[in-house]
Amino acid sequence: MRPRLEARLGVSRTMVYATPVMALLLTMAFGSILFAALGQHPPAVLYAFFVQPISSAYGLAELTVKATPLVLCAIGLSFGFRANIWNIGAEGQLTLGAIAGGGVALWAGENAGPWVLPAMMLAGLLGGAAWAAIPAYLKTRFNANEILTSLMLTYVALLLLSYLVHGPWKDPQGYSFPQSRMFADSALLPLLTMGTRLHLGAPVALFVALAAWWVMARMFIGFQIKVVGLTPAAAGLAGFSVRRLTWITLLTGGALAGLAGLFEVAGPIGQLLPSISPGYGFTAIIVAFLGRLHPVGILLAGLLIALSYLGGETVQIELGLPLAVAGVFQGMLLFFLLATDVLVRYRIRWGRKVITQEAG
Amino acid sequence: MKVPFFKHTTILLGAAVIAAGLATTAWTEPLKVGFVYVGPVGDHGWTYRHDQGRKAIDKAFGDKVKTTLVESVKEGADAERVIRQLAASGHKLIFTTSFGFMNPTLKVAKSFPNVRFEHATGYKQSDNVSTYAARFYQGRHIAGLIAGKMTKSNIIGYIGSFPIPEVVRGINATTLALQKVNPKAQVKVVWVNTWYDPGKEGAAAKALIDQGADVIMQHTDSPAAVQAAQERGVWAVGQASDMTHFGPKSHLTAIVDVWDSYYVARAKAVMDGTWKPGDTWDGLKQGMLQMAPYNAAIPADVLAMAKKAQADIIAGTLHPFAGPIKDQMGMQKVAAGENLDDGSLLSMNWYVHGVQGKLPK
Repeated sequence: MRPRLEARLGVSRTMVYATPVMALLLTMAFGSILFAALGQHPPAVLYAFFVQPISSAYGLAELTVKATPLVLCAIGLSFGFRANIWNIGAEGQLTLGAIAGGGVALWAGENAGPWVLPAMMLAGLLGGAAWAAIPAYLKTRFNANEILTSLMLTYVALLLLSYLVHGPWKDPQGYSFPQSRMFADSALLPLLTMGTRLHLGAPVALFVALAAWWVMARMFIGFQIKVVGLTPAAAGLAGFSVRRLTWITLLTGGALAGLAGLFEVAGPIGQLLPSISPGYGFTAIIVAFLGRLHPVGILLAGLLIALSYLGGETVQIELGLPLAVAGVFQGMLLFFLLATDVLVRYRIRWGRKVITQEAG
Repeated sequence: MKVPFFKHTTILLGAAVIAAGLATTAWTEPLKVGFVYVGPVGDHGWTYRHDQGRKAIDKAFGDKVKTTLVESVKEGADAERVIRQLAASGHKLIFTTSFGFMNPTLKVAKSFPNVRFEHATGYKQSDNVSTYAARFYQGRHIAGLIAGKMTKSNIIGYIGSFPIPEVVRGINATTLALQKVNPKAQVKVVWVNTWYDPGKEGAAAKALIDQGADVIMQHTDSPAAVQAAQERGVWAVGQASDMTHFGPKSHLTAIVDVWDSYYVARAKAVMDGTWKPGDTWDGLKQGMLQMAPYNAAIPADVLAMAKKAQADIIAGTLHPFAGPIKDQMGMQKVAAGENLDDGSLLSMNWYVHGVQGKLPK
């Protein structure tokens, strides 16, 4: 007898909202076994992982700083994913946004006026969008698979950044180490509270999430995106242009990723480095699906994933647990989130499929 | 006379409990020392050696210190948070052990004037930030001499991490030494753009072997290249740690970083209140750099040459960057009878004559 998954007829709305909580509880239960096996006191580890990182104003600010690029990228990706357009290259678009926006900061130099930040943001948006335009063109013109083209362009973007900070944009006073000059103060994002790194990017990300919700729920373009994703044939009959939606979703995704990249270099980093992102563009794919491609869900998922990084650091510092244990724990969280999600939508049946009337 | 193991443990445990009890009553709080690593402790290379240094502090001061480590911290926005968290949680001495942690370290140091920071391989100091590094190039010279004698194909493969001065210096030191003993030998460089990625490092080693290299050198942190060399039956030189057991047949020697005594001295200075910022660049002489045991397959005359070079560098009679030195284009960079000064060494961004390929810009 082999188990198989059978789609449930109706998905319980309560269960959809309850699954993340169930997943969290399951993670805590199995995590506790893991921690106890390592000779730790499980409640202490859970406290250090989930509570301690956000038990101060500074910690909350750090959580937001970490979640901002994840949320921005994931919101951008969710438009495309809803319409079955699979942009895997947000990391590259993020990098290009950082290059374009950072380039403006370096070009403006020390004498930059108050116009430089808006110009950098615009350049970040355009840089990311331009990088996403390449897969959009290749897809609409040659029907090239955007999964491959967007992913491959990520590596091109990283090498371009590497070239710039090793070559033309290298800090002349930097002993030929690969990094740009530090940005002038006027080219750095204003901090929202003293003593933290909370910057302008956080409210922007929040605004983008709300705007995305409005677009998807209230605007015609949002309706088109959903129809193309759910039933392409119906979209064709209704005369929705898949070509146009491909361009719109990829450009939006690229622009938001580019903005996220600019916020990283103009915010917490303050200069261009060979590596500016620990893979936010890729993690954002997980965030997008964890948030069920819904803007509010993405906001929460972004905060949860950000917390799991902060918690991973805290258990190392406070309890001396190795990073690998934090990684296993993060993996458990994702596993249970996905598993509960599957079981809410499908039931496990044993044996061969029996054809019944209700299955039709 | 054999005493059952558990008896020992019980006695030790009992002693430890009593000692701990005494400690809390008799002594003040332990000094908290934090470490930020760029790779995992188990990289068997760079980070592993720094963690040995951390353990040396533990061993030297016992209950008087408490050390903390955070591993695999990304160079970028994350580093500042980790360093700040260590400073805010009462760590009074913090070692940040990768070049990319430089600006975050300085930023955090500004807001924690009472915390001392030690940054490895950087060049910016402040009132509470010191820098330190080892003169890896001295070891590269010895490795280059051995490689020049051991190679049959006259091609040395070199796996570079990032084209920063520290790495370029290593390639140049190797090449200059190589040419001393084997003018026909060449160095081929592959850049992997990472400090730690066993997959990439192993692939780079195989690519170099396919191009005819029969000695593989690395400036990356995992033993993958040594393993690849062992598999393909060519020689390898390890980096940062003794990597012999990853390729007992291939491993000629390794340039081993020994941070232990520096770390212990700095922790002691903080305890005694004598810590001062500065820049330390020690080498074979001070023992911050050591050569791993030489492979038994190295012929006696080659071994003697390597050991003599080691002794001469320690004595100060041999400088790996003694003139005349020409760059790739044949332009003279150092005149005969002169040595390249430390400033030029620290900012080195050109290849010496004999390195194949162009330095990535």
